[in-house]
Amino acid sequence: MTRISLTVDGAKVSDDVEPRMLLVQYLREKLGKTGTVIGCDTSNCGACTVHLDGTSVKSCNVLAVQADGGEVTTIEGLAQDGKLHAVQEAFRECHGLQCGFCTPGMIMQSVDLLKENPNPTEEEIRLGLEGNLCRCTGYHNIVKAVQYAAGHGADS
Amino acid sequence: MTTTQERPAAEIGRDRRRKEDQRLITGRTRWTDNLTLPGMLHLAMVRSPFAHANITSIDTSAAEQAPNVVAVVTGQGIADEQGVVINAWPITPDQKAPTHTPVAVDRVSFAGEIVAVVVARSAAEARDAAELVDVEYDELPAALDLKEAAEDKVIAHPDLGTNKSALWVFDSSEAGTGGNVEDAIEKARSDGILIEREYRQQRLIPAFMETRSVVVDPTGEQITMWSATQVPHIVRFALAATTGVSESKIRVIAPDVGGGFGGKLQTTPEEWVAFALARRLGKPVKYTETRSESLVAAHHGRDQWQKLTLAAEKDGTVTGFKVDLLADLGSHVAIVGGGVPVLGAFMFNAIYKFPSYRFSCQTVLTNKTWTDAYRGAGRPEATYAIERIMDELAVEVGVDPLEIREKNWIKHEEFPFTTVCGLEYDSGNYEAATARAKEMFGYDELRAEQKKRREQGDKVQLGIGISTFTEMCGLAPSRVLGSLDYGAGGWEHASVRMLATGKVEVVTGASAHGQGHETAFSQIVADRLGVAFEDIEVLHGDTQIAHKGLDTYGSRSLVVGGEALVRAADKVVEKAKPIAAHLLEASADDIEFSHGRFGVRGTDQGMAIGEIATAVFAAHNMPDGVEPSLDSEATYDPVNFSFPHGTHLCAMEVDTETGALKMRKYVACDDIGNIINPLIVAGQVHGGLVQGIAQALWEEAVYDESGTLVSGSFVDYLLPTSADTISFDIDHTTSASTTNTLGTKGVGEAGTIASTPAVVNAVVDAVRQFGVNDIQMPCTPERVWKAIQTGGKGGGTEGAAMPHFEAGGEAGNQEQPGTASTEGAGA
Repeated sequence: MTRISLTVDGAKVSDDVEPRMLLVQYLREKLGKTGTVIGCDTSNCGACTVHLDGTSVKSCNVLAVQADGGEVTTIEGLAQDGKLHAVQEAFRECHGLQCGFCTPGMIMQSVDLLKENPNPTEEEIRLGLEGNLCRCTGYHNIVKAVQYAAGHGADS
Repeated sequence: MTTTQERPAAEIGRDRRRKEDQRLITGRTRWTDNLTLPGMLHLAMVRSPFAHANITSIDTSAAEQAPNVVAVVTGQGIADEQGVVINAWPITPDQKAPTHTPVAVDRVSFAGEIVAVVVARSAAEARDAAELVDVEYDELPAALDLKEAAEDKVIAHPDLGTNKSALWVFDSSEAGTGGNVEDAIEKARSDGILIEREYRQQRLIPAFMETRSVVVDPTGEQITMWSATQVPHIVRFALAATTGVSESKIRVIAPDVGGGFGGKLQTTPEEWVAFALARRLGKPVKYTETRSESLVAAHHGRDQWQKLTLAAEKDGTVTGFKVDLLADLGSHVAIVGGGVPVLGAFMFNAIYKFPSYRFSCQTVLTNKTWTDAYRGAGRPEATYAIERIMDELAVEVGVDPLEIREKNWIKHEEFPFTTVCGLEYDSGNYEAATARAKEMFGYDELRAEQKKRREQGDKVQLGIGISTFTEMCGLAPSRVLGSLDYGAGGWEHASVRMLATGKVEVVTGASAHGQGHETAFSQIVADRLGVAFEDIEVLHGDTQIAHKGLDTYGSRSLVVGGEALVRAADKVVEKAKPIAAHLLEASADDIEFSHGRFGVRGTDQGMAIGEIATAVFAAHNMPDGVEPSLDSEATYDPVNFSFPHGTHLCAMEVDTETGALKMRKYVACDDIGNIINPLIVAGQVHGGLVQGIAQALWEEAVYDESGTLVSGSFVDYLLPTSADTISFDIDHTTSASTTNTLGTKGVGEAGTIASTPAVVNAVVDAVRQFGVNDIQMPCTPERVWKAIQTGGKGGGTEGAAMPHFEAGGEAGNQEQPGTASTEGAGA
């Protein structure tokens, strides 16, 4: 067991974890942050995407011990003071989700994409999200949602 | 506290944002795997690595000694209490089906079958210990290739003596619904056009994003199961029927469910195992499969060979169509099983007026993962076959493929039309949908461009693909299901509860898993009862709340479940009328209900329905003999299927030097009847399109020669990404269904059913000039290139999944390098 301390969605947490424990397992099993989900076992689907120190990571691809001292934001910490993040709002507005399972990861990746490129073209959006799989939407409305968010101050 | 009379315009037809989304975009979801109960134990499965083998011994001692392991259970150890996994649709009385025990007892029949189960205090400990279970196998020859299996060269289940499960036949001359197809073929052979083709429907994996998960809590009087399922009611029934536990002691809950696409229309070994072990141990248990387990053990879809013979006059008028299918059931006959290809039997004639038709389907057992419903279930296969071969007919006749379709399709003034299968199509307008699609597509301009580029010999050629599809939705009239030997009915149930505060609870037996029922059903009830959209709560997916239902599949929720809802709501109004009359001191005959208000004819007096609900709750002032309740329910059994249709047009750019494909434009004009929520409809169409396109271009479940699924992870099974796909142009024409009150037809499967042949027709169209008349799916660049080189079908393409990590390939799906599974590619 290794002691780690980090900040998750603004709260300081500290736990003893097995060295092999993945960040996503830590979030779900130790902290009950079940908004972040697991969709595969090969780092392909991106459903578990969170922000680690301000950058999107697939949390199945990070060991919990690697996040020691870091700051993690999950889908549950994205809305501030009861107000949805512009990207969350855009996904609802544009019907960018159906079953919603890929949505936490998709939203977290979209936030990161817009941070790096506030006015992406459709192609840039499509390339920027290719590490996140969705089986319901055919991506059409996800792309629209990111465009909508870009036009509504998501980068701010 | 009452609802107002000032409701805005009709809810039906509005692009309401979904009620479901708030929890989904904030991560406040209840996926089954999110549940943690006190003292909960975790299961891990030990699965067979062999496709076919006798289990000679299982040594569990090391696993039992592992930390925090509670139990290790083998098939022998659980044989008496595990129940069986059912087939609900024995398609013929003599269908052969192996017994499907959740845990294999002495023999495994596909790689991935469960042979032992470890129960431990944590999921990680269970999985660690599962590695320690030592299973000895005596490997048996495996029946893998569908065609060889159909010849009984190797037997998948030796005790059955054959792989042939059932032969199901429909012949229009025998059914009295049409002529004799052999006569038509004979005539066409001597004096007409005869087209014979064989098409492959490759094996696909539904690949819902949320893997299957089940939690069973045996604490208390009832046993509660949470499961990531499309069919909680069917699971409950089947658990009771196969375990001897009273149905009233079982509660099944489908909480938030992350997609299904038919893949969660199943009663699964994993559910049965969890149920048995929770009962045995008296503790809550959880099992969540890994993605790799899901790909190998959750049922697959499609997997057919289709032999087709189309007979026509010289002018292209079709005179007969004969279909011979081989359908791979995999290791077991699943819940729908052979019913999947049978559902397609009625759709090969599609939108056309064929005078004669014969369909036969031989279902075949093999030693691969069992197959069952996958989005469209039988209808995509049928649509693919007919829409591909109509293109071939157009080539023979020498006319535009739209022209050959128009020559044969049912004209709009001919509805209702009884088809050669005996189905009555109630409404449709193929001319209108096609005209609109052509306009959106710029059909004539693209044809002109194609001609020019062909003449110039461009390196990249343009292909145009067409699919004028229909489907049968709204599963299903119970008496039809009965006549086809399906084990249950096709009705749906709904109830409407008027709460004291004027709010409304709607309970539906349909069980959504991403479709947006909470929103669309609220819109329907809002209009029907004249209450605010926000005041309606839709409850579903829990057999204790929605005690009666047949769940969600086959584009049935709106067409069947929505009609049940309408009828329940109408009963509320009828119950409220005499109470309104009493409270308003008027005659019941003078009460009019409109926009949520009961008014007295000829006066300005009236009460909102919510006010009446409050008065009924208090029950201080009820008319004599009237029970104090407005709550109502309805069980609706459809009188007919519904028949959505549409015209889809696809433009593909094909690089003739490399075989690389690029979709340039995709247009869909669907007639799905009246639309409740255009936003939700668009989402269903987009997502459906990509699943159908994925069959055409990318996806295939590939087995190696020993029966191992080599496309067994998301590294190897090519789900399309945002970078692989384009944005779509969609629109609708409308001919309302005449068989349900709302005039709806269903849209859940339309995109998937229509798009596959549109894409392949486009690819073939682009390279037909090189002598190519077919390319097997998925149309990988390699296959396309080979087809161009050889003027053939792209070579032997059995088992060649897209090698999507080719060095330097532009089709890379994900970034990290990996080994592509190209076994058998282009052999």
